[in-house]
Amino acid sequence: MTAIRVGHLYPDYLNIYADRGNIAVLAQRAVWRSHELEVTAIGMGDPIRAGEHDLYYVGGGQDREQLLVAEDLLGKASALREVVAGGAALLAVCGGYQLLGRGYRGFHGEDMPGIGLLPLETVAGERRMIGDVLLECELEPGERRTLAGFENHAGRTRLDPGAEPLGRVLAGFGNDGESGFEGCRAGRVIGTYLHGPLLPRNPWLADWLLSQALAHRSGGEPPQLEPLPDELERQAHEVSAGRARARGGKF
Amino acid sequence: MRPRPPLALEIGAARVVAALSRRVGAGGGTTIPGKLLAQLDPGAVDRLADRLPAGTAIVSATNGKTTTAAMVAEILRPRFRLAHNAAGANLVSGVASALLAADHAELGLFEVDEGALPELLRRLRPRAICLGNLFRDQLDRYGELELVAERWRTSVDDLPDDAQLVFNADDPQLAAVGKARPGSVAFGLDDPRVARPALQHAADSTYCLTCGAPYEYAAAYVGHLGDFRCPNGHHERPPLEIAAREIELQGLERASFLLDTPEGSNRVELALPGLYNVYNAVAAAALARALGASVEEIAAGLHRFSAAFGRFERIDVGDKRLLLLLVKNPAGANEAIRTLVDGGSPRLLVVALNDEIADGRDVSWIWDVDFEPLLTRLEQLVASGGRAAELALRFRYGGLDAAAIEVEPSLERALDRGLELTPPGAELVVLPTYTAMLGLQRLIAERGLALPYWERSG
Repeated sequence: MTAIRVGHLYPDYLNIYADRGNIAVLAQRAVWRSHELEVTAIGMGDPIRAGEHDLYYVGGGQDREQLLVAEDLLGKASALREVVAGGAALLAVCGGYQLLGRGYRGFHGEDMPGIGLLPLETVAGERRMIGDVLLECELEPGERRTLAGFENHAGRTRLDPGAEPLGRVLAGFGNDGESGFEGCRAGRVIGTYLHGPLLPRNPWLADWLLSQALAHRSGGEPPQLEPLPDELERQAHEVSAGRARARGGKF
Repeated sequence: MRPRPPLALEIGAARVVAALSRRVGAGGGTTIPGKLLAQLDPGAVDRLADRLPAGTAIVSATNGKTTTAAMVAEILRPRFRLAHNAAGANLVSGVASALLAADHAELGLFEVDEGALPELLRRLRPRAICLGNLFRDQLDRYGELELVAERWRTSVDDLPDDAQLVFNADDPQLAAVGKARPGSVAFGLDDPRVARPALQHAADSTYCLTCGAPYEYAAAYVGHLGDFRCPNGHHERPPLEIAAREIELQGLERASFLLDTPEGSNRVELALPGLYNVYNAVAAAALARALGASVEEIAAGLHRFSAAFGRFERIDVGDKRLLLLLVKNPAGANEAIRTLVDGGSPRLLVVALNDEIADGRDVSWIWDVDFEPLLTRLEQLVASGGRAAELALRFRYGGLDAAAIEVEPSLERALDRGLELTPPGAELVVLPTYTAMLGLQRLIAERGLALPYWERSG
């Protein structure tokens, strides 16, 4: 009966790819395991304080909204670095993912600063990379799982040497359309371009995040969560994965 | 360079293709002849449009452009012979096909895809343009809303001075476009009684274009459409020249409003539900007025239109009835749902989600739709279409019990299952995305229940 405390960063600004679907999945899957899940919005000017949240979420926005929050996020950078070092989990999708890197370099100098929480940077590309994606991930040694989703980004994200990607691209563009990798993972922090939204059709990742959040809450090891039937989730994953295999990664 | 064949020859060839396309049952031939013509000679559209003695008029919007253009067509029918892409084929090829199909037309009236608007404005050089709304829609196809708005701004700037722009002043993006063009006409809604208590989840364009502050709304009607103002005084809804006032909504059946224009007012009765149709009607009124229609002609035309339109969405199937409501993006779907809830929320629902190009391949938008108001009374959902399972998850995580959800990707089996669960004398509500709607209409036509869309009179 532990309440998982989720801090949702800028929900009024960064919500373009149905980010609330990810939140709904986290909340329901916690409740189905008899945990409570409280979501607090962290908006412009709101502080981030150590110990207040177990899991943070940053979604994607349109360019204009993203620029509006980028500056505010700089003011939260050191606090965010501190809570993550303290074991809080974080999921950042699309625009949120770019903001966690060192920044976004546009074509005409319309740069967007990032907070450098993840070892990567993003530069504008000429053609948007749009389509279905399928990844293979191994967040826990020996546990290979697939993630299916949809990507839509102009930015090419390059990971620093030695940085850990979220997964290997089985179909789709991924970070930059060249490296064969997608997303970035650093401990309990995950950044990715995959929306769709990400978690409904990939419930194992939702459970992994909940488990990391519970570990932060209790100060112990990530617990094993009771399995759920997930039949609809499996079907949705299969259809999405099939779309990626058939038509992902093509301009 | 290849010599250009004479226009008459091209027209002949393209018409033969249209007839063949219909004969082999490949659809209505609504875009194929136009595609052929565009390939033979891309400039043919320009020249075909030039031959129209009364010029052309254009409607573009994310939501409601087919309905708005059909309303304008009905209002203007007594005045003009029209070339009109009534079946909703709204890219360059569809416009070319409509031009080919209409002999002796006087006025071209075209609904135009948001992405195709810049090119068609250049080619058709319309005398009147109606910009209805911009909502987030098919981000995978159109890109972000801001980009679409920017392209619209640029192409409106390039219009000749004598082209008349009418614009929805309740949409902050369009209000900016309209204000930048002297002589353009603002339309909108003005009745805070029917406003929403708060902006919806998926609201777009809610931050000031100049300073980024959230707009304050004296009234928010549909999505981000409403009486907005920037708290720092940069931007606000311009005064309305054409307004819908004293709006009365009557569930799933009707809506009525007082149409206010500088020339006078007239009560408009629509046999169509929902605030979104009031927006469509006031947009149609503004464009028809720009093309010379009087307030009386407008009210009469809208009345005639709604009498014909009722048959479009409701189809009798034995002792049961089907109600088809197209859903294709969060704002449109939210309005369909609001209308359903106002009319007595259904206990059974068939929802069909496809992910073809015309639907948008990215289905994430369903998570931005507020389906939740339906859940209090919903007892059974039949989820259908290519992405039926994803749709089922949307309702499952929205709080609908797993036992209340059936997944049936086949449209035909989902329709039959829905009808089987519908008691005699009752109505089955079906919410399909665009290609699912076409699929259902085809099924219904095959069973001899209604005419396919290309055979319906305009």
